[in-house]
Amino acid sequence: MLRTQNGVSLGIIFTGLVLASVSSCSRPADSRKPADREKYLTIKGSDTMVHLVSTWAEVYMEAHPEAEISVTGGGSGTGIAALLNGTTDICAASREMKQKEEDLAAQKGIEPVEFTVARDGIAVVVNPANPIDALTLEQIRNIYIGTYTRWNQVGGPDEPIVVLSRESSSGTYVFFQEHVLEKKDYRQDALLMPATSAIIQSVSADKWVIGYVGLGYAVEAGEKVKILGVKADDEAAVVMPSEETVDSGQYSIARPLYLYTAGEPQRPVKDFIDFCLGAEGQKIVRETGYVVVQ
Amino acid sequence: MPGAFAVNNYERAIRLLLLGAASTSILIVILIFVFLGKEAAPFVVRPGVGELFSTRWVPVSFQKESFGIIPLVTGSLLITGLATLITIPFGICSAVYISEVAAAWEREILKPLIELLAGIPSVVIGFFGLVVLAPLVKGLFGLPTGLIALTGALLLALMALPTVISISEDAIRSVPASYKSASLALGASKLQTTWKVTVPAALSGIIAAVMRGMGRVIGETMAVMMVTGNAAVITASPLSSVRTMTATIAAEMGEVPFGSEHYQALFCVGIVLLLATFGLNMVAQRVLKKYRIG
Repeated sequence: MLRTQNGVSLGIIFTGLVLASVSSCSRPADSRKPADREKYLTIKGSDTMVHLVSTWAEVYMEAHPEAEISVTGGGSGTGIAALLNGTTDICAASREMKQKEEDLAAQKGIEPVEFTVARDGIAVVVNPANPIDALTLEQIRNIYIGTYTRWNQVGGPDEPIVVLSRESSSGTYVFFQEHVLEKKDYRQDALLMPATSAIIQSVSADKWVIGYVGLGYAVEAGEKVKILGVKADDEAAVVMPSEETVDSGQYSIARPLYLYTAGEPQRPVKDFIDFCLGAEGQKIVRETGYVVVQ
Repeated sequence: MPGAFAVNNYERAIRLLLLGAASTSILIVILIFVFLGKEAAPFVVRPGVGELFSTRWVPVSFQKESFGIIPLVTGSLLITGLATLITIPFGICSAVYISEVAAAWEREILKPLIELLAGIPSVVIGFFGLVVLAPLVKGLFGLPTGLIALTGALLLALMALPTVISISEDAIRSVPASYKSASLALGASKLQTTWKVTVPAALSGIIAAVMRGMGRVIGETMAVMMVTGNAAVITASPLSSVRTMTATIAAEMGEVPFGSEHYQALFCVGIVLLLATFGLNMVAQRVLKKYRIG
């Protein structure tokens, strides 16, 4: 009898402790509204952009020793949610805001301001031993939605096509689905790879797979993968993804990368965005494998 | 007698402390159940439990999202079943060899080496699987990709083996020497004694060992996510890619909007996983009890 009583009271004490520690952990984050801070900036959002944004932040902090910038990933959706909840100053996003998110912003009385800070091309890659050099957008779509399942349907040998995709949490997955698959679903047996590096690894090792990765990664992989040229339709010319073709808009599987702020940016935030859009910021864009914006 | 009183209090304090430590883990299990239930509950209202029984897991879609966990459950079952099939003969034979056949010096070498295997982080095993095992399996079966259920099951068997071997070996070793002596005295050979007397006598321990191994297998995440291809298809073929419940939670929880249907569906998957391991433990205990009494 005594035993159970002791157990229960201890249990209650323990629960109390857990709750206390949880609530004390979460409090500082809420009370430290970005607006209260003078020189402390937070940027949150797209995983694709983390490398770019943190390089910007490093260089910016070197030039402005008084500034302190923290950069976190988590995904475009997470970043936008944080912006609307007031827990980040700047949101990095590899896609535009959805209607749902804009409605939510209007509800909260926030007017998001969009800055296009760079562009990113998505390369379609195959094994170097694959004889295919270029595909039309329609062929890529049909491969990814499952209409075509063998390479001979797109002019290759009679071998099965193994489709590689990123995980559904990736912004690239959503972009590819929207712009290449025309919003159709990926085929069910597409292999969902946990990381870009896993796609590169598989494409370099397996002869009959097809995958998509950010242009920077594809170029970095060099001889290990073959980057496919893309044709808008049967008659159109083959366009290889490169800085020039992404920039000119000839290469169609490309997307703008954005920074969002809640309302017109004020001083410390504005300085940083001006830096990103300026000559030095755009030089970093090129160095990190993305394409500059004019 | 103040001295006795002090000792009495001291004993009580120690007892309370131990009781507290013992009940903490139970409390945590209950809290986990409550938390999972709380996060998953809204899913029952909308879109309803029936949605979980659909055959498609398409959490991100422009058409219609569906959260059928059947492909994930069958994926986990297939991999766990295969891994168990591979583990049982290897595990038991190793345990028999180490405890009954091996010389003392062999045992001194084998045991620590096998236990070393248990200490390898799963991400390292996963990487080994991705780079070494997957290409081997691919070549062996002439497949277009090595990222399939069988590769995952082989890795998991590798991870479950140390558990199965060391518990089975203990069980075999604890079979009373009188059993063996009696068998040998009746004219049975050493091999006959091992397989007809010692192993059956240790069966409860061996079954418990296999159950423990299965517990590890079904909950394993990282290695599986890296090598099984993660395609959410319903299949019984070991040569097809599958998506497990654990990999789904790990891959998708990071970026899912808080409180969305997708978020709740992932918690439903968590509950199913928890119930599965819970059930497995219950069965293991039942089996143990039955054999001990019988």
